[in-house]
Amino acid sequence: MTATVAVVTFPGSNCDADLRHAVSLFGMKAVAVWHKESSLPKVDAVLLPGGFSYGDYLRCGAIARFSPVMADVVRFAARGGPVLGVCNGFQILTECGLVPGVLLRNEGLTFQCRDVTLRVEGKQTPFTRGLVGQTLRLPIAHAEGNWFTDPETLARVEGEGQVAFRYVGNPNGSLNDIAGVSNAAGNVVGLMPHPERYVEASLGGVDGAGVFRSLAGSITNTEAGATA
Amino acid sequence: MTPGADSPITDELVQQHGLSPDEYARLLDVLGREPTLVELGVFSVMWSEHCSYKSSRIHLGRLPTTGPRVLIGPGENAGVVDLGDGYAACFKMESHNHPSYIEPYQGAATGVGGILRDVFTMGARPMALMDSLRFGRLEHPKTRGLVRGIVAGIAGYGNCMGIPTVAGETRFDRSYDGNCLVNAFCCGIVPSDRIFLGTTGAPGNKVFYVGAGTGRDGIHGATMASTEFGEGSDEKRPTVQVGDPFQEKLLLEACLELMQGTAIVGIQDMGAAGLTSSSVEMAGRGGRGLLLRLDQVPMRETGMVPYELLLSESQERMLIVIEPGREQEVFDVFQKWDLSVAEIGEVTDDGVWRCTWYGNEVAAIPVAVLTDSAPKYDRPQRAPAPLPALPELVDPDPFGRLAAVLADPDISDKQWVWRQYDHQVGTDTVVRPGADAALVRIKGTQKHLGFVCDSNGRHVYLDPFVGTAGQVAECARNLACVGATPVGLSDCMNFGNPQKPEIMWQFARSVDGMAEACRALSVPVISGNVSLYNETDGIGILPTPGLAMVGLYEGPTPTVKARFAAGLEVALLGEPGVGWLAGSVYARLLGFDRHGAPPPVSYAAEDALHVALRALIAAGAVEVAHDLSDGGLLVALAECCLDGVGGMFDAGTDAGSLYGEDHGRALIAYRPEARDAVLRLLGSVPTRVLGTTGGDVLGVGGRTIAVGDVADAWGKAFPDWLAGASR
Repeated sequence: MTATVAVVTFPGSNCDADLRHAVSLFGMKAVAVWHKESSLPKVDAVLLPGGFSYGDYLRCGAIARFSPVMADVVRFAARGGPVLGVCNGFQILTECGLVPGVLLRNEGLTFQCRDVTLRVEGKQTPFTRGLVGQTLRLPIAHAEGNWFTDPETLARVEGEGQVAFRYVGNPNGSLNDIAGVSNAAGNVVGLMPHPERYVEASLGGVDGAGVFRSLAGSITNTEAGATA
Repeated sequence: MTPGADSPITDELVQQHGLSPDEYARLLDVLGREPTLVELGVFSVMWSEHCSYKSSRIHLGRLPTTGPRVLIGPGENAGVVDLGDGYAACFKMESHNHPSYIEPYQGAATGVGGILRDVFTMGARPMALMDSLRFGRLEHPKTRGLVRGIVAGIAGYGNCMGIPTVAGETRFDRSYDGNCLVNAFCCGIVPSDRIFLGTTGAPGNKVFYVGAGTGRDGIHGATMASTEFGEGSDEKRPTVQVGDPFQEKLLLEACLELMQGTAIVGIQDMGAAGLTSSSVEMAGRGGRGLLLRLDQVPMRETGMVPYELLLSESQERMLIVIEPGREQEVFDVFQKWDLSVAEIGEVTDDGVWRCTWYGNEVAAIPVAVLTDSAPKYDRPQRAPAPLPALPELVDPDPFGRLAAVLADPDISDKQWVWRQYDHQVGTDTVVRPGADAALVRIKGTQKHLGFVCDSNGRHVYLDPFVGTAGQVAECARNLACVGATPVGLSDCMNFGNPQKPEIMWQFARSVDGMAEACRALSVPVISGNVSLYNETDGIGILPTPGLAMVGLYEGPTPTVKARFAAGLEVALLGEPGVGWLAGSVYARLLGFDRHGAPPPVSYAAEDALHVALRALIAAGAVEVAHDLSDGGLLVALAECCLDGVGGMFDAGTDAGSLYGEDHGRALIAYRPEARDAVLRLLGSVPTRVLGTTGGDVLGVGGRTIAVGDVADAWGKAFPDWLAGASR
C-alpha cells in the first residue's frame, strides 16, 4: 500500500504544491485537501503548508484554525496520526493548540529568506526518526518565526523532549533558539524552516530529505504493525 | 439625476483633466458634441500619456518585436514566447515610480500586484519576479526611508503571493533624489495553446466583474477634489492604490481554475485607469461595442458615482467575458474562493462603449474614437550640449582603491534587500539572487529560464544610443553566464519630461540603440511600458531604460557558479579592451560621473563570447562563469573570491586594466585538467589565462588584499549605511 499524505490548502497557502511535490519524491502519494472540506479523506498523515493563510490578517494562522477541515485534523492528531506544520502550518498548529507556544514577529522585524543550521533533538517523532542528533541546513522564509512561550511551558517543553529542532545561530529571536516543537505525544510537529525546499541537490541542498524519509518509514512501520 | 453628470464643461475642468486646449478641440471634433463630465474623465485617462503612449508610440514602432519564438508581441497585457514542447513564457516589466515615491510601501506593493495580474490574465501561472530599483544619493534625507519602504512593499506583496523574487538590481544616483524608480517584472508559464486574451467575442456575450470591490483609491484626476462629484462627501483619498496580496492570491487561483474550462472568451485585468481602460481595450480588440451597468459593480464604499467607478484604480480586479449560458461556472469558481463576482454588462454589436447608471445612460462613445483617435505626437528633439571629456585620472594607487569601489552602493552586497524576498518558494530556483542572472527550472522538463534585469543610467546619459545598446549586450552576457540563450526582452523606459527636446532626443536615441542591439543579438522586444515625466523641480532622472531579459537553457541543471573554489585555472574571455573608464564606477568615485562616452559594443564579439559561454556551461566544462561589468576586471575577480577562496592573477596594474568597463568580457574558472576541452569549446574567442585560485588572499599585479577584507568592504557598506552607522 502506498502511503497517502494529505496536504491541506488554505486560502493563501503557497507552499502546498511544493509539499506535495516533495512528498511524491519519497514514494508517498500526496492528496490535496481543500480547507472547506468537513472531513479528511482516509490518509496516513496530514501536512499543513507554508504561506499566508487568510493573508496573515489578524494574526498568522489565527483564522485558518477555524477552517472546516481543521476539526478533523485535530481529531486525527488526537488519534495519534502524524501531523506536520511547516512555517505558516506551524503557526496554525500553535493557534489550535496542537503544539505549544506562539510565533512572534522576527526580532529584526524583516522577512528573512536564507539558510539556517538546525540541530535535531528531543523525542522521536514520525518526522525525525533517525535524525535526532544530526545537524541540518535548511532554508527559512518568514517574518513571524520568533517562537515564544511562558516559563512554565518552556520548562515543560524542554523537560519532556518536545524541542524537535533548534537553531544553531538564531535568525529571529526565538526563545531558547527553538525552531520546531512537538506535542507531548510526539505525533504532531511544527517547524519554521522548510524541509520541502531542500530535497533536490540542484536546488541547493538535500537536508530536508530526512524528514520525508522519516515520515515514509514511520507510516510503513505503523501499517506493518497494524496488519501483523 | 446622475450626480455631477450635468456639470458644465469649463476650460478649468478640461485643464484639471490634463487635456491641452488642442486636445480638447480634438475631443469635440471626434465626438461631434460636448462630452458629459463622465466622458471627459474617460477621455482624460484614455488619452493620458500612461494609457495612450502619445509621446512615445511613434518611436516604439522601431523596436524589433517579432521572431520565430514570439507568440504575442507588445499590445496585450504581456508578451509571450514559445519555449517548445507546449510551453510558453509570458512576461512583462512595468514601472510604478510616482506612487512609490509618494507612498513607498503601497506604491511598490501594488507595482508587484499589477505586473502579476498582467501575467496571469494571459493564463500563465507566475513563476518568477524581478525588481529594478533606483534611489537618490545615500546622503539624501529621503533615501533610507524609500529603500526600507519599497523593499518591504515588494516583499509584502510577492512573498504573500508565493511567487519567488529571483533577481533584481538596486542603484543610486543624485538624479533620482526626487524620483525613485520601481520597475517590477513578472514571468509566468502558460501552455502555448491556452493563452488568454483581452477580447470580447460575439455580441450577446456576458461581461463579468470579479475580484475585490471598487473603492475610491487611485482615482485619476488627482487635482480634482472628490467633493465635486461625491454628493457632498468631502473625503479626500490618497491617489496611491492600496494593495491586498491575499485578495490577489485568491484571484490568481480562481482565474487559473476557471481557465481550466472553456467558459472564458476574454479576460483583462483592471490596472491603470481601471474599469474604463480594461473595458475599452477589450472592446477595441474585439471590434465590438460594450454595455456596462455601473450600478451592478461591486463597491466597497457607499455613495460612489459613475465617475469614480470608471476611474478608480482599486487593485485585485478583473473583467471577464463569457458566452451566455456559462454564468454558473463563473459563480461557482469565484464563490469557492470567496471573491466578489457580478455580471455587469454585455457585448454589443453597435461599436459603442456605453455605460448606464440605474437605467440612465451616462456615457456613450464609439470604441474606435477612444482607441484609435488618441493624439500621437512627434515631439521635437534636440541633442544636448556635448559633455566634457573624461580628463586624465590621476591616481597613484589604483589597486588600493579596491575596497572603496567594492563599497560603492551600485556594487556592494544587497543581501539586505533580497533576503527579504522569498526567492525559493515554488522549489524551482536553481541560481538565486546575487548571481549574474537567476535560473529557474520548469518542473517535469529539462527547461530552465534565466532572468536578468539591468540598466546603467550613467552609460545611457553619456550616449543614449551606445549606452542602451551596451545594456542589451550586458543582459545577454549575464544570461550566457548561467547558460541561457535570450528569448525575449521587456523594456521599461524611465525618462524625464518628453516636452523637453533634449529628453525626447534621449528617448528616441535610446530606442534606436536598443533596436540595433536587439536585432544584432536576435532578441525580440515583446512587452514593456513607458514612464515619462520623472522630473522634480525641472531636474530629470538619468535616462533609464530598464531592461529585463529572459533566456532559455535546456538540459540537465547546470552546476556553474559565480564564486571560486580552490585549485581552478582562471581565464579572461573576450577582447581585453582598452581600459574604458568613462562612465565607470571608478571614474564616478574620482568625481567624474558625467564625463566622456560609454564603452562601445561589438555585436559580433559579444555574440561569439555568449555562444562560447553557453557551450562551456552546457558541457559542464567550467566551474565558474562571471560577467565583467560595473567595476571591471578587478571587481569581477574580487566578487569571485567572496566564498573565501582567493588566488594570484596577472591582470595589470593601471586603473584602466583594473576598473575599465569595456563590454564583451567574462571570467571563467575550470579545473586544470579540463583546459584542453575548454579551449576547444572556446574556438576563436580571445582567451587569456590570468592565474590560479587558492589561498585566502586576492593578488593582482604584485599587490594583495585578504579575501576577508574584500568580503568586509563589499558586505558591510550597505547594511552599515542602512543602520546609519556610517556616512
